[in-house]
Order: sequence, then C-alpha cells, then structure tokens
Amino acid sequence: MSVATQTAASTVAATLSGRRRDRNVGSLVFLGALWSSLFFGVMVLVALIVDTAIAGSPRFDLNLLTQYESTIRKDETGFRAGILGSLWLMGVTALMAIPLGIAAAIYLEEFATKTSRFNRVVEINLQNLAAVPSIIYGMLAVAIMGLLGYNYKGIVLGGAMALALLILPVIVITTREALRAVPDEIRQGSYALGATVWQTTWRNTLPSAVPGIATGTILGLSRAIGEAAPLLILGLATVRFDPTGVESKVTALPMQIYNLSSAPQLDFQVAASAAIIVLLVMILGMNALAIFIRNKFQRSW
Amino acid sequence: MPASPPDLSRRPRPGEQVIKAVLVLSAGASILITFGIIAAVIEPALHFFEEVPFGQFFATEDIGSREYRPAVLPLLVGTALTTVIALALAVPLGLGAAMYLSEYASPRARKWLKPTVELLAGVPSVVYGFFALFFVTPVVLQGWFNLEVNFTNAWAAGIVLGVMIIPTVASLSEDALSAVPMALRQGSYAMGANRMQTTLRVVLPAALSGVAAAIVLGLSRAVGETMIVTMAGGAVKNMSVDPSEPHMTMTAFIAITAQGENPVGSVSYNMLFAVGLLLFIITFIINAISIAFVRRFRQAY
Repeated sequence: MSVATQTAASTVAATLSGRRRDRNVGSLVFLGALWSSLFFGVMVLVALIVDTAIAGSPRFDLNLLTQYESTIRKDETGFRAGILGSLWLMGVTALMAIPLGIAAAIYLEEFATKTSRFNRVVEINLQNLAAVPSIIYGMLAVAIMGLLGYNYKGIVLGGAMALALLILPVIVITTREALRAVPDEIRQGSYALGATVWQTTWRNTLPSAVPGIATGTILGLSRAIGEAAPLLILGLATVRFDPTGVESKVTALPMQIYNLSSAPQLDFQVAASAAIIVLLVMILGMNALAIFIRNKFQRSW
Repeated sequence: MPASPPDLSRRPRPGEQVIKAVLVLSAGASILITFGIIAAVIEPALHFFEEVPFGQFFATEDIGSREYRPAVLPLLVGTALTTVIALALAVPLGLGAAMYLSEYASPRARKWLKPTVELLAGVPSVVYGFFALFFVTPVVLQGWFNLEVNFTNAWAAGIVLGVMIIPTVASLSEDALSAVPMALRQGSYAMGANRMQTTLRVVLPAALSGVAAAIVLGLSRAVGETMIVTMAGGAVKNMSVDPSEPHMTMTAFIAITAQGENPVGSVSYNMLFAVGLLLFIITFIINAISIAFVRRFRQAY
C-alpha cells in the first residue's frame, strides 16, 4: 500500500468515526458526563466496600467464622450458624433449581416448535417470572410449606424452595442462551449419522454448552446467597446451632446481617460490617469463578 | 433452531418419549409457579376483603381496629416516592453509562467495564440497606449535605435503590444501543455530525423502545425491592411527600408485618397477602409493558 492510500484510508476511518469533530466544548462536556455516570456506580461500590471494611476491621478474626451469635460476649459474636446455613440453603437450592431449569431450557431450545402457543405462553411467563419481586416468592414458599404441612417454616426446605423459585428463570434463560450458541452444524452432523434429537442433545449439544450453563448457574446461586427478603417472610430467625438436614431450623448470613443492623449495640454493628465483608467475599468469589469459567472454556466456533 | 431430521429409524423409542414428557413438564413448571403464586396470594387476600371493606383498604390513614392497620394508600405514596428518587438517579446515570459503553468505549474497554458495572447488581440488597442506614444517611446526607433528615428517610432509601438499579438500566440500554445498525451511525458521520450528535440524535432515538424497556424494568425492580426500603426507608405510614421523613413502602410493610406475630388466618396475616397481591399486580403490569417495548425494538431491525 502506498503512503497516499494509507493516508486516505486513515482519513476516511477518522471521518467515519466522528472523532474528528469531538473537540468542541459541548461534546467534551457530554463525554465528561458519560464518564462520570459510568464511574459514579463504581465509586459507590468502592465507598461501600472501603467503609464497611474499615467499620468491620476490628472483627476480622476467627471468632467471626467459628462462633455462634452471642448476646453476652458481643465482641466475640460470630456467624457460624449463618455461614453454614447459607451453604446448606445454597446446596438444596441448587439441587432443586438446576435440574428443573436445565430441563426446561432444553425443551424450549431443542424440542419445542417455536411458534406453538404453549411455547409462547411459557416464554412470556418466564420473562415475567424473572421480574417478580423476590418477596412474592417468599409468600409462595410460605403457602407451599403450609400445604406440605410444616408448621414451622424457618427450615432449610422452605428457604431453599423460595430461593430455587427465585433463580429458576435465571437458570432457564442463561441455559437457553448457552444452547443457542452451539452452532447448528454440530446438531446436523449428529442427525446425519442417524442420531435422534435426544441423543444429539445429550451427546453433542449439552456437553458443548456446559461452560455457559455453569456460568449462568453460578451467577444465579450467587444471587440467591445474598437474598434476604423471601427468607424474612419465611421466618428464618436467629439459631445458634448448625443445620443438620433439610428439616432443621436454619438462619442465613444476610438474615443475621439484617437482624444485627437493628441492634442498638455498637459491637453488633461492627460484627455486621465484618459479616458483610464475608458475604461479599463469598459472592465476589462466585462471580470471579463464573467469569473464569466463561473466559477459560469459551469457544468460538 | 435445529432442522428436524428425516425419520430414518422407524424403531419406536419409548425411553425418549418419557424424557420428552419430563422436559415438557419442566417447561410447564413456570406456568405452574405463576398459577401457584396467584392462588397462594389470592386466597388469603379474598378472606381479607370479606372482613375489611375496600374503602378502609384504600384509605389514607388507619381507622378502626388495633389488631390490623388496613390503609394502603400511604404505602403507595411511600413506594412511589422512593421509586421516583431511585429512577431520577438511575435513569440518567444508567443511560449515560450505556451510551459510553456502546458509542465511545473500545471493545477491549467494554469487555472490562460492563462486568464492573454489573457487579453493582451482584451486591446483596441487605448490604445496600446497611450502607444506606449507616453511611448514606449519617455521613452523606447529614454530614456532607447538611440535610435535616430522619434516621430512616426516603432520600437514603431512594438514592441507594437508584444505585442498585443502575446496572439494570445500563445493561439493557447498552444492548439496545449496540443493536442499532452501524449504517445509521456512518450516515450521520458522513453528514458531518460528531459523536455526541450521532449518539443523541440518531442512535438514541433508534433504540428508544429498548431504552424504554430498560427503564420500565428498572422501575419494576425499584417497586419490588424489599431490604433497602425496610432497613433505611422507615416503618411509618406516611402520606406526606417530604423525602426527609420516614416512609413505609408496600414491600417494607410486608416484611415488617411478616416478622410480627400473625396467626395464620388472622386479619393482619391476610392483610399481608392483600398488599402482596397489589404489589404483584402492579409489577406484573409494569413487566408486561417492558416486554411489549422489547418486542418492538427487536422487530425494528
């Protein structure tokens, strides 16, 4: 390429990006406004983390993780029950929501006739469910627990049910996107060898979509671990023991943070700040894992 | 969409029929959940209206009994007030962030900036509530801005709620803006417009229905959010529109009342579901509007 062609090409490129005419006061102010709106949220996030970490710093010790909540020794109060409770809730939620969500997504993506009425109703329904306030799922779980005959609802089963209902739409939507990203050639190759739709899905499509599904599922679970509103409705109260099964009473880390934030003693507020950092570490850890999986296993076809 | 393969094998596959049935049922579960929610909420709500006339429910202040406090209008005022504050913050900032990400940021910068903004949505609402209560009100509002605000007030709740829904508005708006075809932008640049003019006069109008969907979805999130408004918004039914006073929202009412002693079947227990039903109907309508907007913007190109 000659120098002249190169210059001409770069001039055209610069004109076509509009960058050339950005240098007046109005557009610079506009650009500044866009920048600040992008960084406002990030600044708040940083302020939140720094402020909470400073407030909770006196309590970064092992007692925080190993002790139960104590009203007598406030400076040694811990979140063992909440952390274990959150992990239990997480596990049972995953068992309930993941198989159901993936199955629904497989049907909608691989089997359903896109134009059928059933399909359209399910689709609109899922979009709506994704935006139903989480507190409503708590009320639904209360009603189901009532039907199942549990008098005391603050147990693992009830909490996990509410959280599973909450993250089901998230899992369905992300699984569908992961399946949709698998190119059709892979399916057609499998059909050409005589495989049925299910064989194709199970042996070809699904394995290719696993990273995407895992990413979405982890993000859904990290949302569930921070949720408090439905658990509040279900009556998860303070407990001072480890959960042992799906019918044992349980508390969760967000619930403990909520309860302690209304306690007047300063020691409890410090402990709550430290617990927030624990919760954020768990959630950011899950988010990081999701991003890692996406980056590591993402394939371009 | 998989092309349906020709039926080469005539062998019946009963196992696959069972699998397909399971998948259909899983997809249908979303419809079941919706009906479950409606049934679970409507039944106690109907009992409530058998005992309490509509006039008392839609009253401006609680009249009559000590056991239950039926007025719902102050809750609507509280919800509207915090939602308006939240949107006043989240719409300009979210839209600004979206415009920067879609029109100005390089693909590499976008790859990092978008997940960072979305981290804001990953912070649990109970953490935001704690932040509003112990940082935004005492340090920012009372300290920096010297406002005469209560310990709990609609300002802090609304502002933090706004921060929480920035990613909702930003992410969906960015999708809509990015979906605008390049040819429109290049046409604008060729006419001599700069990037600000192109963004505001060409890209934004072209993506308007998608942006509207993003805003409406943010609105629905703000109406349904529970923990922030419960912790930082206050527990007082208040008809005034002064944001420096405490205001109870619909979700806060449900959360706070659910924590008290409400024997199943009592009027105060049923009142929860009446308010829950109202909340569900309101968010359902808002979501339907948002989905309709998304439809329109998808069809445009």
